[in-house]
Amino acid sequence: MHSLLIGLPLLGAAVLLLGGKRTNAWGHYFATAMSIGSFLVGVASFSEMFGLPAEERSIEWTLTEWISVGSFQVPIAFQLDQLSIAFVLLITGVGSLIHVYSIGYMEHDANRRKFFSYLNLFVSAMIVLVLANNYLLLYVGWEGVGLASYLLIGFWQHKPSAATAAKKAFVVNRVGDIGLSLAVMLMFAFFGTVTFAGVNEAADNASEQTATWIGLALLLAACGKSAQFPLQSWLLDAMEGPTPVSALIHAATMVTAGVYLIARSNEIYNIAPTAQLAVVIIGSITYLMGAVIGTAKDDIKKGLAGSTMSQIGLMILAVGLGPIGYVFAIFHLLTHGFFKAGMFLGAGSVMHGMHDDVNMRHYGALRTAMKITYATFGLGFLAIIGIPPFAGFWSKDEIIKVAFSYSPLVGVLTLVGAGVTAFYMTRMMAMTFFGTARWDDDVHPHESPKTMTIPMIILAFGSAFGGMLLLFVADIESWLEPVVGFEHAHHAPDNAILIPVTLAVVAAGAALGWIQYATRDVPRVAPADVSFLTTAARADLYGDAVNEAVFMRPGQYLTRSLVYVDNKVVDGAVNGTAGFVGLVASQLRRLQTGYARSYALMMVLGALVILATAVLVRMS
Amino acid sequence: MSANWFIILSAILFTIGAVGVLVRRNAIVVFMCVEMMLNAANLAFVTFAHTNGNFDGQVIAFFVMVVAAAEVVIGLSIIVTIFRTRRSASIDDASLLKL
Amino acid sequence: MNYLSILVALPVVGALIVGGLRSATDKLIKQIGLGTALASALVALSMALQFDPNSSSTLQFVEKYDWIPAFGVSFSLGVDGIALVLIVLAAILVPVVMLAGWNEAEGHRGSVRQYVVLTLLTYSMMIDVFAATDVFLFYVFFEAILIPMYFLIGRFGGQRATYAAVKFLLYSLVGGLLMLASLVGLWVVSREQLGAGTFDWETLTTLNIDGGVQNWLFLGFFIAFAIKAPLFPFHTWLPDAAGEATPGNATLLVGVLDKIGTFGMLRYCLPLFPLASAYFTPVVIVLSLVGIIYGALLAIGQSDLKRLIAYTSVSHFGFIALGIFAFTTQGQSGATLYMVNHGFSTAALFLVAGYLMSRRGSRFIEDFGGVAKVAPVLAGTFFLAGLSSLALPGMSSFISEFLVLQGTFTRYPVPAIIATTGIVLAALYILLMIQRTMTGEPTAEVAEKVGEITFREKIAIAPVIAIIIVTGFLPQPLLNIINPAVDRVMTAVTATDPVASEGVSK
Repeated sequence: MHSLLIGLPLLGAAVLLLGGKRTNAWGHYFATAMSIGSFLVGVASFSEMFGLPAEERSIEWTLTEWISVGSFQVPIAFQLDQLSIAFVLLITGVGSLIHVYSIGYMEHDANRRKFFSYLNLFVSAMIVLVLANNYLLLYVGWEGVGLASYLLIGFWQHKPSAATAAKKAFVVNRVGDIGLSLAVMLMFAFFGTVTFAGVNEAADNASEQTATWIGLALLLAACGKSAQFPLQSWLLDAMEGPTPVSALIHAATMVTAGVYLIARSNEIYNIAPTAQLAVVIIGSITYLMGAVIGTAKDDIKKGLAGSTMSQIGLMILAVGLGPIGYVFAIFHLLTHGFFKAGMFLGAGSVMHGMHDDVNMRHYGALRTAMKITYATFGLGFLAIIGIPPFAGFWSKDEIIKVAFSYSPLVGVLTLVGAGVTAFYMTRMMAMTFFGTARWDDDVHPHESPKTMTIPMIILAFGSAFGGMLLLFVADIESWLEPVVGFEHAHHAPDNAILIPVTLAVVAAGAALGWIQYATRDVPRVAPADVSFLTTAARADLYGDAVNEAVFMRPGQYLTRSLVYVDNKVVDGAVNGTAGFVGLVASQLRRLQTGYARSYALMMVLGALVILATAVLVRMS
Repeated sequence: MSANWFIILSAILFTIGAVGVLVRRNAIVVFMCVEMMLNAANLAFVTFAHTNGNFDGQVIAFFVMVVAAAEVVIGLSIIVTIFRTRRSASIDDASLLKL
Repeated sequence: MNYLSILVALPVVGALIVGGLRSATDKLIKQIGLGTALASALVALSMALQFDPNSSSTLQFVEKYDWIPAFGVSFSLGVDGIALVLIVLAAILVPVVMLAGWNEAEGHRGSVRQYVVLTLLTYSMMIDVFAATDVFLFYVFFEAILIPMYFLIGRFGGQRATYAAVKFLLYSLVGGLLMLASLVGLWVVSREQLGAGTFDWETLTTLNIDGGVQNWLFLGFFIAFAIKAPLFPFHTWLPDAAGEATPGNATLLVGVLDKIGTFGMLRYCLPLFPLASAYFTPVVIVLSLVGIIYGALLAIGQSDLKRLIAYTSVSHFGFIALGIFAFTTQGQSGATLYMVNHGFSTAALFLVAGYLMSRRGSRFIEDFGGVAKVAPVLAGTFFLAGLSSLALPGMSSFISEFLVLQGTFTRYPVPAIIATTGIVLAALYILLMIQRTMTGEPTAEVAEKVGEITFREKIAIAPVIAIIIVTGFLPQPLLNIINPAVDRVMTAVTATDPVASEGVSK
């Protein structure tokens, strides 16, 4: 039965892709049904699992033998445990909502069937990723979601910018995939196995050096998929895709795969402090980078993308903290899935009402025109900046707490990040829904159809109550503990001090944003005379500029010069040999004058040489 | 009389013949020089046959004469043909063998 | 049943019929050709089903006829798992190529009749080469196959076809000459050791050749195979030949014919000269790595579709050679599987590129753009072929590429890490090509000329795509055939897999 989790969406994708135009009329309903079906199977599996004692909750099943060469044996086998079911529910749940939303959002697109088939493909690949019981099968899901992401970012591929963004996403992800490849190779070379269970078992007597290498390789993989520094640049460009795609793939699910990967490999990281430190550093850098980028973007989707980068940085930071952090990283991942997907859908709804304009400087005062969007986006806003009792508060607060227990420096960083987050989210909220109306006369903002608002309302519920549900009803700490391990943080600051401090920082950030963007006029054109930091943040902190200067330009130069070298040097050596032989031959040809006397002279000379040789040989 | 004198005569005749082949342009003269070289060789053969007291050299001398006769037939006819077409007996004019 | 003789004879018979029917129309000729190819594909598949992977004998379906007994030369055929999968590859690809390139012989210097006859002769000789178990017989067909291929490139190619064909011929002949010298040396050694000289492959593998002699003999064989495969720096004939040939011929050339090189390394270089193979391993690994990176970078820089695909193959052949000389079961099984998968994925790329080029009448990337909008199914097929070439997990090529990398890593970690960067470059060259040809707004000429994929084209390419995807998830039937043969090679070179140093008992 559990294979249906993957099978249903895969069937949907296959039917829609192979069926072609015949399925145009009903394809989107079919795909949505397949996604919901998968969700229902997930819910059934969850309720079944919920009734079992903790040690019996993890089940494994093998579909078929996959690769078996010598001692390298990998089956197509899956594992459904407490961690993967959480992801399954998130993927299929949010995924189904976004399928429903897309029915409305993509209504007028000629290629709607294709869009839904790609969405189904994504869902099935993502479930393969989280259900695989070994790293190689995970790799299939890992690149499968990358493929779906490529197809969906480039969905409007007649736009060159979309096609370029899609390619960039895939290529940058491939850089990360080097890490995953190396990790699998290291595991097999040192442990002789690539299954999660086998690797966890082997980690007990593995050397720290091996674990560190594997940990760093996995971190590289996570950096690619989760858009972490230094492989972050693709995520902002990925906003070229349709907004539901940004909500599902580039906010709620795929980009969190890196967090899943590290949490899944917790036994490796637990014995490799260096790798953990690297994870924390990368997470912290991205957390702040994303937040800074978020403060300067006028494009609502790019602003949200910066925020996603930042929030995933926070999760990565948390998984780097070890057993005190894994549970809260996953917790934050789930709540983030709700509120970020909700906000992206809200952004889509705003764009829908604003003729696909994404520039927030052209918005303003939309709260009256789009009441439902305003309310749902607002709940997401409250959740992300961490106002109690909304979802983000519970998860973010726990991460700040364990970060302080790990190191005061990291703790302060997370706190600063929370303040910046509050600032840029307030800015976004204010520029979109408050202040004065700045849209053109021919734009008539209106609320979106029900197929779009209902998923937004459901996700808003998640943003409001998801945190409490997960923490108090589902008891996520003891739920995940058998898989990722859980330790209470020592030396953590007391909630009685930490919560007021955090709230104060958040309030300060929010107030700053409010004063700047709600009470003052927002110019329709972005001002040019801004601080260096703003200029840098608008340029994505020069991530693309560095890539271009360090990799792209030299790379282009290299390929061009290699083409020249191949033609002139490698091939030239061959053609040159041929040319040389021809040249020598044409020179030698001149000896053939045709004069019988010169031939005779040659004969005489030849005879003399032979004679002389004979005489000399006899004399010696 | 010592055989040396015959050998020296043979060498002188051969050299004259060879030089003639190399420096003269008239085909007939070249031809005659070739004949002279052949006869120089014959003289050497016969001399050695006499010195060694057997007939080997003399037999070869006859062979050479027969071959030379055949050569004269073919060679002269070629020269005559060339002379007929080109109105020249200079071998430098017959240089069409080059590319 | 004498499967191998039938396989060798069938195409020759087909060629004779085509050559003899003086009054046949072009269409009838092509139908006879396709019929012959399909029939022999059936024979090859039924042979594959009869093959027993777990048999105790090295070679199966053995046939042996005396040829030149004075020199110990016999006409002997037989297959192991490695040869079998390559014969099946050829048997599937030839009918596919014939159907996909149904009209590609027209408008060239040669006639359709010549095209079909030459293709069938090439096909027959391919099977000879893979099935020969007599080294002399192998050599004869290794050289003879150049003749029909030379004419296929020269008479049915583009503007510089003659140059490309002569280059192909000369390169291959130089390699063949070196191999001939080694062959003679090998025979002399066998006469010294056995009393009577022989060319029988199984007997020759039992010789004990002195290390220094092995090195020289190895070089003769290896350079011939490195030119054929081709490895850097012997690769420059390939882009010219594949670039000038028709897409169908390029498929046969790169997809099957070049496999003779890597097949030869695995079948002849390693078992015949184990010491020399070990001695030259560092050199081969460096050449392979250079080939992987260099080929990929050059592919990125190409402006011509066919040359681009040819350079991707240079990169892929680097992987295959790397896997063979890793001396691990994963590496060598992966390399063998890679040969098969590369055959299919290159076929898909070349043939679909051929569809595109025949429509647009140009092979330059800049002349395309926006194809996805006017011909979405054609674009999708091309994209799938590209994904297979960049070894996306789920495609068959991923299995083989990963096995090669894994097999190399366990013995030579640093080269494996360097080779892994090839996966990024692969993504770049494929996606750049896709972006430039498929995306954007279609130009006026593309919109006018490029139509959707036709039924015949679909039928031709469908089996290839299906095989690529199915064996991506079920490669084990193939691996079961390959593994025992690779184990024998490993035994012959007395290599064993490294043991996981920190592993727990399974």
